[in-house]
Amino acid sequence: MTTETAPHAATARATANEPLVRVEDLRVTFTSRDATVNAVNGVNFTLDQGEVLCILGESGSGKSVTLRALMRLLPPRRSRLGGKVMIGGRDVMAMNDDQLADLRGADVAMIFQEPMTAFDPVYTIGQQITETITRHDGVSQSAARARALELLELVQIPSPERRLKSYPHEMSGGMRQRAMIALALSCRPSLLLADEPTTALDATVQIQILLLLRKLRRELGMAVLFVTHDVGVAVEIADRIAVMYAGRFVETGPVATLIREPEHPYTRGLLSSTVHGAMRGRRLEAIGGSPPNLTALPPGCSFAPRCRYAEPACDAAVPAEVWINPQHMARCIRVAPGQAASGGFTLRKP
Amino acid sequence: MSNRVEVRPAPAMATGVDTAQVAALSRGYWSTVAGRLGTDYVTIACGLVLIAIVSAAIFADLIAPADPYKTSIVRRLKPIGFANHPLGTDELGRDMLTRLIYGGRLSLFMGVLPVVNALIVGGILGMIAGFLGGRVNMAIMRVMDVFYAFPSVLLAIAISGALGAGVTNAIVSLTVVFIPPITRVTESVTTQVRNLDYVEAARASGAGTQTILRVHVLSNVLGPIFIYSTSLISVSIILASGLSFLGLGTEPPEPEWGLMLNTLRQSIYINPWVAALPGAVIFATSLCFNLLSDGLRTAMDVRL
Repeated sequence: MTTETAPHAATARATANEPLVRVEDLRVTFTSRDATVNAVNGVNFTLDQGEVLCILGESGSGKSVTLRALMRLLPPRRSRLGGKVMIGGRDVMAMNDDQLADLRGADVAMIFQEPMTAFDPVYTIGQQITETITRHDGVSQSAARARALELLELVQIPSPERRLKSYPHEMSGGMRQRAMIALALSCRPSLLLADEPTTALDATVQIQILLLLRKLRRELGMAVLFVTHDVGVAVEIADRIAVMYAGRFVETGPVATLIREPEHPYTRGLLSSTVHGAMRGRRLEAIGGSPPNLTALPPGCSFAPRCRYAEPACDAAVPAEVWINPQHMARCIRVAPGQAASGGFTLRKP
Repeated sequence: MSNRVEVRPAPAMATGVDTAQVAALSRGYWSTVAGRLGTDYVTIACGLVLIAIVSAAIFADLIAPADPYKTSIVRRLKPIGFANHPLGTDELGRDMLTRLIYGGRLSLFMGVLPVVNALIVGGILGMIAGFLGGRVNMAIMRVMDVFYAFPSVLLAIAISGALGAGVTNAIVSLTVVFIPPITRVTESVTTQVRNLDYVEAARASGAGTQTILRVHVLSNVLGPIFIYSTSLISVSIILASGLSFLGLGTEPPEPEWGLMLNTLRQSIYINPWVAALPGAVIFATSLCFNLLSDGLRTAMDVRL
């Protein structure tokens, strides 16, 4: 790693054994006149420098909310945050607005799902990238513009000189997502948050963007928190996967472990409901029922109402995090620490 | 990691690019706009007509053929084409062409100034209401609704009447009339823009509230309200003329299009073409402002 691509000075302060990101018991509730929605209910995780963690879950499971909570992007009037978020050794929850503005874009950057609307339509791509660079790095306009050009080259946009003065509507979706990545990388963040960056793109462009992100991650050494609902995408990009359900991480583990030996019934259901590796001529299995109402969560395991292995004990209390081994966690009462429960129940009944 | 990825060396971060070359590439927006306007003949024609009217008003002392206040008992209500009076004379024998040229000064002034004032006040109020939302929005917009309860002409007459006749009071009353619609348009555009992804993206890249308002909200809101305001100029000219017509704006013997229309009203059966001239000028000016604002909107829209 060269000094040019080193993480921002502020985050470099973090000691060697302190992870880049430490999240403890993160809770997000949205309040309105009519209801209180519990979007995130106690999320714990750590992320080391240069690591890619993928949050996998269906719509409304709290993936994007978790991502925004890390940067405190949620509207303060309608949302309540709880728990602890440490990024680079600094407490994000205790920051004031100025400190937050310095953190955003410089140490932590974000790419959005919809490249069509994430750029301001009245400014050129070049103007928007230079704006961010001059704000955080305090360099001159021309130096910032030169750097913007390098960034477009870095994300492999053809004829970058011309693209700098293009307006967002003049570019294709894949091109815009590359430009979005260039914008996110403009101040060499140590943490990149990606909110379903490939969902709005077609399959061939999707894989190009994933390959680009993987390459950049390796070259720049930044940590990535990647949110997706697509198991295939998660396997392609992640070091570790966290499966999210009703605002909780129900299972986390290294990609290979999670895919080959999933412990939580929800993870198993999720994996068997995708076409990846499915047998020809065999019906895909769907998880029956629908996700719980986030305004009134059950007192116990929130997956219990849909779980084919549910027993009365499941409804008593929220299952604690059980560490099967130091990397692999599942929140299920049927899983015992240090030992896999796979033998205890089989997923596919004859 | 797989070796399918084509690994290009990361370019050096601070060297190798000619900054002047990059700077040159980022110009070109205004030349694009000019190029588009160059092919839009309606807009060009309207612009030329407006330039002619405005410059005639400004240089009235130099180009007007006669004294706008000089009356003549013998040469009253002469028709168009009368000797020395190409556009005839009014009911006091004053030269119509001269008075139309001088009249542009007050009429344009009273058309543009209230709109500019209202654009500043209404734009700020609307952006505050739209961006902050909640109770602030409620307070500002309900106050504006009160003004909406009155028809605009009635409101202008009521305020002017209460303040008394005179140009300043007419401008104040017209400003009050235009603030509510501009506030409402600004508020609705701001509310839309505030919820768009790029505002959140700007916040995610470290922009503070002030920067977001100034850079992202203002630039996206200014276009629509600017276009809307240009269309209000024509309304303002007509309303100002109306106030003068009713004796609430300018006072005789000042030349002003609305007032001229009023005083020539009695002679409409004697010399209808001359009596219609101030109305024709008001119509032409309003039309040109409207068409010009349409043309500018089309030319300045980067998305087209």
